[in-house]
Amino acid sequence: MSRVLLIEDDPAVREGVALALRRQGHDVAAAATGEEGLERLRSFRPDIVVLDLMLPGMTGLEVCRTVRNLDQTLPIIMATARGDEVDIVVGLEAGADDYVVKPVLARVLDARIRAVLRRAAGAAPGAEGLPKIHTYGELAVDRAGLTVALHGEPIALAPSELRLLLTLTASPGQVFSRQQLLEAVWEHDYHGDARLVDACVKRLRTKMSEPPRAPRYIHTVRGFGYRFAAP
Amino acid sequence: MRRLRGLRFRLVVAFGLVAAVSAVTTGALTFREARTGVLQQSQDATIRQLRAQLNQHAAELALPPERSALRKFAEDTAATESQGSWRVLVTYGDLSGSSASGDPFTEVTPALREAVASSRATVFQRVRHDGRTSLVVGMSILFSTQRIPDSVETASGVRVFLVVPQTTEQAYVDALVTAAERAMVAALALAVVLALLAARGVLVPVRKLRLATRRVAEGRLDTRLAVNGSDELAELSHTFNETAAALETSVAELREMEARARRFAADVSHELRTPLAAMSAVTDVLDEDAARLDPDTATAVRLISTETVKLARLVDDLMEISRFDAGAAVLHLDEIDLAESIRRTLGSRGWTDTVETELPPPHAVRARVDPRRIDVVVANLVGNALKHGARPVTVRLGGDDTVAVIEVRDSGPGIPSDVLPHVFERFYKSDSARIRSEGSGLGLAITAENVRLHGGTVRAAGHPAGGAVFTVELPLRRAEPTEEYRP
Repeated sequence: MSRVLLIEDDPAVREGVALALRRQGHDVAAAATGEEGLERLRSFRPDIVVLDLMLPGMTGLEVCRTVRNLDQTLPIIMATARGDEVDIVVGLEAGADDYVVKPVLARVLDARIRAVLRRAAGAAPGAEGLPKIHTYGELAVDRAGLTVALHGEPIALAPSELRLLLTLTASPGQVFSRQQLLEAVWEHDYHGDARLVDACVKRLRTKMSEPPRAPRYIHTVRGFGYRFAAP
Repeated sequence: MRRLRGLRFRLVVAFGLVAAVSAVTTGALTFREARTGVLQQSQDATIRQLRAQLNQHAAELALPPERSALRKFAEDTAATESQGSWRVLVTYGDLSGSSASGDPFTEVTPALREAVASSRATVFQRVRHDGRTSLVVGMSILFSTQRIPDSVETASGVRVFLVVPQTTEQAYVDALVTAAERAMVAALALAVVLALLAARGVLVPVRKLRLATRRVAEGRLDTRLAVNGSDELAELSHTFNETAAALETSVAELREMEARARRFAADVSHELRTPLAAMSAVTDVLDEDAARLDPDTATAVRLISTETVKLARLVDDLMEISRFDAGAAVLHLDEIDLAESIRRTLGSRGWTDTVETELPPPHAVRARVDPRRIDVVVANLVGNALKHGARPVTVRLGGDDTVAVIEVRDSGPGIPSDVLPHVFERFYKSDSARIRSEGSGLGLAITAENVRLHGGTVRAAGHPAGGAVFTVELPLRRAEPTEEYRP
């Protein structure tokens, strides 16, 4: 059972989604505005935030950034209307882990929530038999404790960022296509939104202080995808 | 060739012709009058002078004269002309004497001699010899008794021939010709300049008009011309401006109406989405609990649940179409293996076993596409084939270095030829009585828009062996596989 904070301004949608998520076995707290949601964040201490991007007053994007500033690792799923293309990209760059397009079926939303929470809890596939702690240059990855350190300093990663890094480092040198990463990290199908991968790589590079022109660890292979290489 | 028929060329030719004809006519008339006047005057003066000399000296000549007397007479006569250009020949029967000894006097033709012999009048002739023009005057010396009026004059038999070179007169005439020629050249040059100016006066507005018309044809309806003056061209420009303004207004109105209609469709879809979001969220709850309700209520609840899902899909499709109409649809390009993409599309919809595939080996056909939109294209075509055609349904992928070709073929009755042009239209139903299909009626329209967005083409046709074939051609747009950074 997970604790879900739902921030949604429309009462009917809020009530319907909360009801459906409760039926799926989640503990749900609902907030009508961004301000109220941030308030509940402290008192409710959720495992995951489901955030509508179209909010009156404080926008979903502002809420997303605020949540990220408070907690680098708290999973966030954005609920958005398809066609709000710019908002999706900005939301992903602001640190959202995933997004769903409204109207969304309860079982789809539930599956996404569980997938994101699995990212926060489990090891990446294909990592069996690897040493628990491995260093790549200045980067140390602890697969048991699910922590990452650069120059000995721990860096706080959101679940998608952590899972992405674990997946890439499990096979250094191997090129992963965006579709492979979507399936392995986000548990989306093959035709999912590759911008999730690109935005996540961008965030990861920023947190790893990668030089923008010449990244040392995560390399872009044009036309194919990404690969990890220890410098 | 086109330039030779141009207005500029025609104006230059017309002005030039007019100028040339005027100059030649004026020049010719002036030249003729002037030449006649000049020559006549000098001729009269010469004859008058000669006659006066002869009158003065004739009395001194004894008859019959001797050769030396004749020569002296000729020399005396010639000497009266101060510049010494006169050559005088005096004859008497077979005797002759001249002012210039040994001069053959070729200018004095036998015809002239004959004319002088047979006439009492003064005879003159203009002779051109060795490139020089000379005036030859011939006359007989007559005697008369002055004291007896009306007495018959008698010929003395002495004939005087005078040859005067007309170099001055010739030079004068030549100068006239040169002046006329120069005037004509100047007139022609002026005419050409004037023609070019006139052509420019006409052509510049015409060119502006042509460019403006082309701009309007290209859709720039705010094009206007500057109206200068009040001539016919200015009126034409004014009319052009009025027409363009009217066109602009009508088109703006049409666009406004169209935009309003599209906005309305988009707004309706958008407004429907919020209640649908609430309804979609709880359909699973309805489905789960329906079994515990009494049969009628359970049926009603299940109906609401399934129709909600369909409605959600219809609204989603409507929103998608609205975005295409608004030009807001964007491609999120990624290079993928198309065979793998097709396999995944079939797999995720449970069609792997119902649809036959002819796919190339992995990575044989890679293309830069929007994976989600290609998924929609393939799913809509296969779904359409399964629904309206008959099995087996075959998906084939092929292509070359620049284009990928996806072909979806069914084994049904095919599409009637009168329906073929309409299959990609929105909500088009070939049979109005047909039972409502599962799709939104927008599937093929969205397919066509997605393919077009990729810069590709989609067409429907009947297969010779029966069944319908939908063929999608997509440009590959592949990037060279290079690494952004090599460690």
